[in-house]
Amino acid sequence: MKFLTFKGGTHPPEKKELAKDKAIVRMDPPQFVYVFLSNHAGAPAKPVVKEGDVVKTGQVIGEPGGFVSAYLHSPVTGVVRKIDKLYHPVQGRPMEVVVIERTDEDRWQLLEHSDWETLSREQLLEIVKKAGIVGLGGAMFPTHIKLNPPAGKTIDTFIVNGAECEPYLTVDHRLMLERAEDLVLGVKIVKKILNARKAYIGIESNKMDAYEHLKKVCADSDVEVVLLKTKYPQGAEKQLIYAITQRKVPVGGLPMDVGVVVQNVQTVIAIKEAVVDRKPLIERALTITGEAINNPMNVVARIGTTIQQLVDIAGGMKEDAEKLIMGGPMTGIAVNRLDIPILKGTSGVTVLAHEKEPIKKPCIRCTKCVVSCPMGLQPYLLYLLGNKKKYDQAVEEGLMACIECGVCAYVCPSKIDHVRVIKLTKRVYQALRGGKK
Amino acid sequence: MKLIQSDAPHIRTKDSVRSIMLDVLLALAPAVAVATFFFGWYALFLCLFGAIVGELIEWFIVRVLRGQKDFSFDFSAAVTGLLLAMNLPPTAPWWLLLIGLLVALGVAKHAFGGIGQNIFNPALVGRIFLLISFPTLMTRWVSPVRGFAKSVWDAMTSATALGILKNSGFSAAIQRFSYTDLFFGNVGGCIGETSAFVLLLGFIYLLIRKRVNPVIPATYIGTVLAFASIMYLVNAEKFGTPLFHILSGGLFLGALFMATDMVTSPMTIKGQAVFGIGCGVVTMIIRLFAGYPEGVSLAIVLMNALVPLIDRAFKPKIFGEVKV
Ligand code: SF4
Ligand code: SF4
Repeated sequence: MKFLTFKGGTHPPEKKELAKDKAIVRMDPPQFVYVFLSNHAGAPAKPVVKEGDVVKTGQVIGEPGGFVSAYLHSPVTGVVRKIDKLYHPVQGRPMEVVVIERTDEDRWQLLEHSDWETLSREQLLEIVKKAGIVGLGGAMFPTHIKLNPPAGKTIDTFIVNGAECEPYLTVDHRLMLERAEDLVLGVKIVKKILNARKAYIGIESNKMDAYEHLKKVCADSDVEVVLLKTKYPQGAEKQLIYAITQRKVPVGGLPMDVGVVVQNVQTVIAIKEAVVDRKPLIERALTITGEAINNPMNVVARIGTTIQQLVDIAGGMKEDAEKLIMGGPMTGIAVNRLDIPILKGTSGVTVLAHEKEPIKKPCIRCTKCVVSCPMGLQPYLLYLLGNKKKYDQAVEEGLMACIECGVCAYVCPSKIDHVRVIKLTKRVYQALRGGKK
Repeated sequence: MKLIQSDAPHIRTKDSVRSIMLDVLLALAPAVAVATFFFGWYALFLCLFGAIVGELIEWFIVRVLRGQKDFSFDFSAAVTGLLLAMNLPPTAPWWLLLIGLLVALGVAKHAFGGIGQNIFNPALVGRIFLLISFPTLMTRWVSPVRGFAKSVWDAMTSATALGILKNSGFSAAIQRFSYTDLFFGNVGGCIGETSAFVLLLGFIYLLIRKRVNPVIPATYIGTVLAFASIMYLVNAEKFGTPLFHILSGGLFLGALFMATDMVTSPMTIKGQAVFGIGCGVVTMIIRLFAGYPEGVSLAIVLMNALVPLIDRAFKPKIFGEVKV
């Protein structure tokens, strides 16, 4: 069998067995939800509710605060208690959060539109926007923008990212097994929006059951299900596009520059739910997993559910829990408090057990990071230049092309923190350059 | 239970500098065993002395002289020490090795900043220093004694294969040592270089463990082969056969274990190929046209000096980079 793939990458332990056979269960809505106004990439939403307002499930509570921004809806039926500040895991600082107390069973405020098959692509796009859909794989980029390339760019290929290459996480795997029909319908809708000729669903070879299943479901559609080599970061956008279409997204460019749009499995299902079932995005499926959680599982939780509630439903943490990661272990964000709510882009909560601190050494020039970098960079050099504050030189060496996948730091025998330094260097460079002009 | 915050990635490979170095030591073990068989217990003593004292010297420099508290044994100094011992004649006195170790670790490695910072392969710097300072002791070759317990001091002195080639021509050399002798190590020479066969076994182990890639050895040995083939056509008696050149002297030890030293070789596949070819060309020029019969050490050290240039000239292609 042919496995599609890219150059470079690595094989961290998959650890999917912890949760891959656990069917997704629906969590009861919690009594309190905490919805960040910044629940997407770009400008935070502008709140349109105030303390004391009664809200229905799915009612708009925030409107886009800029071009790159998204609608925000109440995940429960209840009362807005206050607009507070809370530590935002992605921004790394306190940000505004809408606190809603649930007072009743769900009373829905659904989106209003007619049967989707009669709608134009503009009308469909508007629904995606109104539903507050963002990239649920983790990037949280507003989907209506991604599905609406500027004039002059034609999209001929749509790719559903079912690689789920992050170790531990299994939620996309479960969704592909349990909601294949919804996924395929979603693909149809997106194809119509993009006016794309071709659609693929790419799945890593460690999810053969999902591949077989989707193959069956897609048998008499024009969606092609393709098998990808199990290798990290197979699900990174550029690597995925290359594996499936052999097209290389230019440095500094976007997938649409090569006529491709990629969406994560769950995002496509969310589009189907918005367009067909008229449901705005108020919940998501995610994996609660890791060696240090008692009952690893996959759940559907309302946006704004706190990590504490997720940890509780999964049977609590074990004694030796040491790291709690929002997302997976390669790119996720470690947090040290449990009162943080999940965002639209939170694909999992991974709790890792205590491990002996690895011994750090200087770079021994083993070349592992260079041969493994999926972007063809020289991570050891970027690390060196970043530490020496040689920002311009780092940029010349391709700093900005780094996708922050973590492969370099993972493979390094000297346990060098390339990614930390690279992220910092990027930020400083951007700040300096921004100041100059 | 206390949760810690840290940067992604949150998982790391189990590989470490120590595990890499242990694998290199393991890969060299068969060559040490064969050396013990051909040259007696004293060869084994020198190898162990090199590895153990090497590690102690490093500990002394880092922990005592530099006062670095978090020193941990990573066995990189043991690899250097062992390689240096393997690059000595089987009759070398222990104090000669000690001097070599001090130069290798003190000057070539730690004066440059310690692990990862040195430009030249420390073991080779040690060897070259000894070769220049103690030329007689460093070229006191003996015939193999065969049999573990025999004493190397009873052995007959003997020239190396490359030495005979240089002084008496190819017919004399190949009469003295057959290709089989050369391949399995039944010849006079440095402790660790005699058997191409066991060195190759060790290297295959490193390949299987994905510790090294074969680019440098392949290009290095390939270049020697090509160079020697041409010279063979020019004058077979004077320059010898290609096979003779590959199997004699320190080529296998150098190409498989010294030129591949991570710290002192290039970072990209293309760069490594250039490095290997360079090593091959320089080795043959020294062997055939310079005063020394053997050129592996000098060739590698010379190419070490060019690594920063090679690294700058041969960069990997950035994914999606558009040619301008
Ligand atoms: S340099 Fe960037 S793109 Fe390359 S491996 Fe490291 S994190 Fe990934
Ligand atoms: S993986 Fe680590 S030790 Fe190896 S070259 Fe890269 S930075 Fe250096």
